[in-house]
Amino acid sequence: MRLYQTDEELVDALRRGEERAFAALLDRYYGPMLRLAMTQVRDRVQAEDVVQEAWLGVVQGIHRFESRSSLRTWISHILLNIARTRARRERRSVPFSALEGAGDDAPGPSVDPERFFPGDHQRWAHHWAMPPRSWGASPEERFVSNETLAEIERAIATLPDTQRAVITLRDIQGWTSPEAARLLAITEGHLRVLLHRARSKVRRALEHHFGDPRR
Amino acid sequence: MTAPRGEMTCQELVELVTEYLEGTLGPSERQRFEGHLRSCDGCTTYLEQMRQVIAALGHLTEASIPEPIKQGLLRGFRDWKSASG
Repeated sequence: MRLYQTDEELVDALRRGEERAFAALLDRYYGPMLRLAMTQVRDRVQAEDVVQEAWLGVVQGIHRFESRSSLRTWISHILLNIARTRARRERRSVPFSALEGAGDDAPGPSVDPERFFPGDHQRWAHHWAMPPRSWGASPEERFVSNETLAEIERAIATLPDTQRAVITLRDIQGWTSPEAARLLAITEGHLRVLLHRARSKVRRALEHHFGDPRR
Repeated sequence: MTAPRGEMTCQELVELVTEYLEGTLGPSERQRFEGHLRSCDGCTTYLEQMRQVIAALGHLTEASIPEPIKQGLLRGFRDWKSASG
């Protein structure tokens, strides 16, 4: 049983100055916030700094919080504003070329075109020439292995920032698409495009990982 | 991307998986998508893998807060509390 079941209980306790409410909030949201901060500020120490600054903003602003949005959304808005300001400041001090790969990447196919029959194939144009091989009907065990999760983390780390932010919110942290799109100030259509690219890249990395002949 | 409105190709399908899973394909696209799936093992496997990827992403764990950081923030909370009365 969690100590504070609802946002309202947590917010009320914070406003009353209950320290254990703040401790509960830290336990619940520190990790997710750090991951989110790192979609804007890649350096871990800097990101931790951003998160700490955000917490101060949360504490000082808690009396202004209105339940129109969820507590998580409100905290994440504060965090992203701080992280973006920090990232902008950093960008001004680094050469432009160092920023490549920070934003959106060029659209590419989800699957290597070589794996399909060419368009002039008489019978199977654009159909699988090298279809994916099943990872098994119940690969649960495989997926929760530390090795596989580490592989997924590596794949995510190579994604452009906006794709990383989208897949973090939607798939890792379970935000709905409308919520995530609003937080990132993009349209839901754009969110789906970025999400698709990100998921496709993680799938490719896993396919490569599982296809390792050493296995 | 100008395939005829008839049968969907595999190469077309793999680009629509997220729209399909998010429920944002129009009715006729959805029909073409599902029609293709019924007759294509490769795409059935592909869709299954994308679902497995999404499930696996939900298993990633978030860092827990390091104790010194937590203590520091709790100190900040007490300071704020005493300052704001």
